[in-house]
Amino acid sequence: MNAKRTDKIATGILYGVAALVVIILLALLGFILIEGVPKISWHFLTAPALAFEAGGGIGIQLFNSFYLLFLALLISLPISLGAGIYLNEYAPQNTVTSLIRTTIEILSSLPSVVVGLFGYLFFVVQFKLGFSILSGAFALTVFNLPILTRSIEEALANISDSQREAGYALGLSRWETVTKIVVPAALPSIITGIVLSAGRIFGEAAALIYTAGQSAPALDFSDWNPFNISSPLSPLRPAETLAVHIWKINSEGIMPDAKAVSAGSSAVLIIAVLLFNFLARWLGKRLYKHLTAE
Amino acid sequence: MAANNSMTTDQRNILKFDPQQHEIALATEDLHVYYGKSEAISEGDLQFERYKISALIGPSGSGKSTYLRSLNRMNDRIATVKGKIMYRGLDINSNDIDVYEMRRHIGMVFQRPNPFAKSIYENIAFALRQRGVNDKKELDEIVERSLRQAAMWDQVKDDLNKSALALSGGQQQRLCIARAIAIKPDILLLDEPASALDPISTSQIEDTLLELKQNYTIIIVTHNMQQAARISDYTAFFNLGKVLEYAETGDIFTNPQVDLTNDYISGNFG
Repeated sequence: MNAKRTDKIATGILYGVAALVVIILLALLGFILIEGVPKISWHFLTAPALAFEAGGGIGIQLFNSFYLLFLALLISLPISLGAGIYLNEYAPQNTVTSLIRTTIEILSSLPSVVVGLFGYLFFVVQFKLGFSILSGAFALTVFNLPILTRSIEEALANISDSQREAGYALGLSRWETVTKIVVPAALPSIITGIVLSAGRIFGEAAALIYTAGQSAPALDFSDWNPFNISSPLSPLRPAETLAVHIWKINSEGIMPDAKAVSAGSSAVLIIAVLLFNFLARWLGKRLYKHLTAE
Repeated sequence: MAANNSMTTDQRNILKFDPQQHEIALATEDLHVYYGKSEAISEGDLQFERYKISALIGPSGSGKSTYLRSLNRMNDRIATVKGKIMYRGLDINSNDIDVYEMRRHIGMVFQRPNPFAKSIYENIAFALRQRGVNDKKELDEIVERSLRQAAMWDQVKDDLNKSALALSGGQQQRLCIARAIAIKPDILLLDEPASALDPISTSQIEDTLLELKQNYTIIIVTHNMQQAARISDYTAFFNLGKVLEYAETGDIFTNPQVDLTNDYISGNFG
């Protein structure tokens, strides 16, 4: 067989494999959206869930998902940013830092159900936080930290050393150079990393089942005092999220329209995650453009 | 031109200035630079006269860039620099020197233009603001003066808020020069500043340097011997980590005392 022919066959096979992946993904996505989108209505998005009757919504679950996402990012972002800056800008290249890097890699491949059980034993039982938003947010932090740290470290590593040298040559300290030159220049990819990790957090179920709990008590949306247990902001109330809700309906849902609620919830979840991804690309591109040209 | 009898040369033909007649801006004494265990600069003792352009030439790997980067301690984290670097009676290579403060006196421009991902205005104003210059009027003045000195004010005065990354390579490099002189250093170190630029941009940079010489002591590494001949007052020839010859530029190019210098400038090696 000559080289040209080999290349043609190889190209064909690669196209076929790529097409297969795209078809599977599109079929899955299409199925979820076609099944679920007709179930979505304003009522569905805002009403509380009903356990025994039809016509329940996902309002509280949706709110819980966003609130947990916000808290998890609030805790993990400063830590990841600090760790990423340390690893890329300050850490000497030695066995200790390479051990830290290996640890982060291992942690980032930890199955999320393991993170959830660890969170249960550590935050729920040991620290007596119970099934609560706080336990869930900590578990999601454990889940998110390694990945976010890696992506921030990589974003910083992609900034050319000549930028750092430019800062030093102007008499700026390492701290000034990092915070005022390197981090701003890496901001587009850092933001992209944050939004992508937000998508992962939003869709996470296993880490939350035993930490944030599987119940969504009624909330009083007129009470924004975080110290009241029925306030939406209360960090100590149990909080079933959308992803956990889907898992629960499918395993033990007894409402008559369980299938419809599950399909609608899945569609909302998928749409939200897709939006996070598009937002990440759009924000990253926009910021990059803003920094590089006009 | 300085009278030859005021200078003494040793066997390797290294120019030494008579401090009575020449003001020395910067001098190195017994400088050695090591990368790990290997020695990059074994002997580099030079004196640089104030308000002159001194060029460092030599083949690739001769250590001229390493030497230059040692002068404002840009090599601190990657190399070990031993010996003295004397500036205003101070050894700036000693441990108790505040390197960040020192670099405000000894500025640097690099081989590849490296403007910040900020606006043209911010590229210059940023470092000043970090040092407490917050008055808008004062900043405006310094930005304009620096850009004028770098001969690019007329081209960019209406685009000061545009990103510096949208400029051409030659303009970016002149912006880097403007940025370096905005903090009013004494000495300007340039590491092959025109090697990534086209001939027109190169000659504009050279004109800029000749202008700047009135207020700054300039030390420039260059691969381009014509460039050294065109703009410098003194030239040092580096080979294998040693300075072999240091003299007035006219002498180096017309009457080199060391055979290797002659070979190099006549293109026989390097």
